[in-house]
Amino acid sequence: MPLFYTFHFYLFGIIAIASAIAFVTRESPVAAALWLVNTMFALAALYVMLDAHFIGVIQVLVYAGAIMVVFLFVVMLLNLGHAGEARDVGAWRGRLAAGAVGVVLVAQLLTMLRLRLPEPGPDVAVPANAVTAVAESLFSENLVAFELTSVLLLAAIVGAVVLARRGDAPGRAEQGGGR
Amino acid sequence: MITEALFFSAILFAIGVIGVLTRRNAIIIFMCVELMLNAVNLTFVAFSKLHGAAGQSFVVFVMTVAAAEAAVGLAIIIAAFRHFKSVDLRNINLLKG
Repeated sequence: MPLFYTFHFYLFGIIAIASAIAFVTRESPVAAALWLVNTMFALAALYVMLDAHFIGVIQVLVYAGAIMVVFLFVVMLLNLGHAGEARDVGAWRGRLAAGAVGVVLVAQLLTMLRLRLPEPGPDVAVPANAVTAVAESLFSENLVAFELTSVLLLAAIVGAVVLARRGDAPGRAEQGGGR
Repeated sequence: MITEALFFSAILFAIGVIGVLTRRNAIIIFMCVELMLNAVNLTFVAFSKLHGAAGQSFVVFVMTVAAAEAAVGLAIIIAAFRHFKSVDLRNINLLKG
């Protein structure tokens, strides 16, 4: 394992764990959600470093993009984020954070210096395993489960609509909508 | 690197468990469950380096179930908020006896 790889693997792992700790200790749900997004980005980087490129992309799109947006929407709907907690960080904390980021960037550069890029040959084969391996497993052995996933998602949509609907809203009964 | 990935995964899972056990805000508890699912995904991906890509397809399934769970669970939280006017689990104790 080259030092560059090892360093960044540990870097992203530590970022994930530190963000997770910050996530559990935040009071405000919005701050917690943003720290969780940070954790998920670091995890996506770990997936890519573990040769699961497709899973890394899906992680960013589905988790950091979709699921966390749903969480933030609910926080917004229920009016749970308190503006009083969204103040700026103090001056010394900002300087400390900036210093830490600077140290990390310098360490990255130092490990980059020791990285020797391989000479690209004339016939570099493009690795075709980014999606192929997952797709082969997904559409052959696990095809039934994959198809059943659509039923699960449909049930989830219907369930979410039924649960979040205002069931005993005044006005609907007297309008006689037939429900 | 597989050992380190498993180590990170175990720590993330433990943080998620701690969050579920200690927090009182239903939405944050929900996010802690998502964190635990993510930790398990990391384990799957790490082992898929050893045992082939089946682990990665399991990750796709876990993400699907997580998305469905988030939709339904947040709808439940909205319904509970309408009823109790709060998402603090200390106020939602009708089944406590």
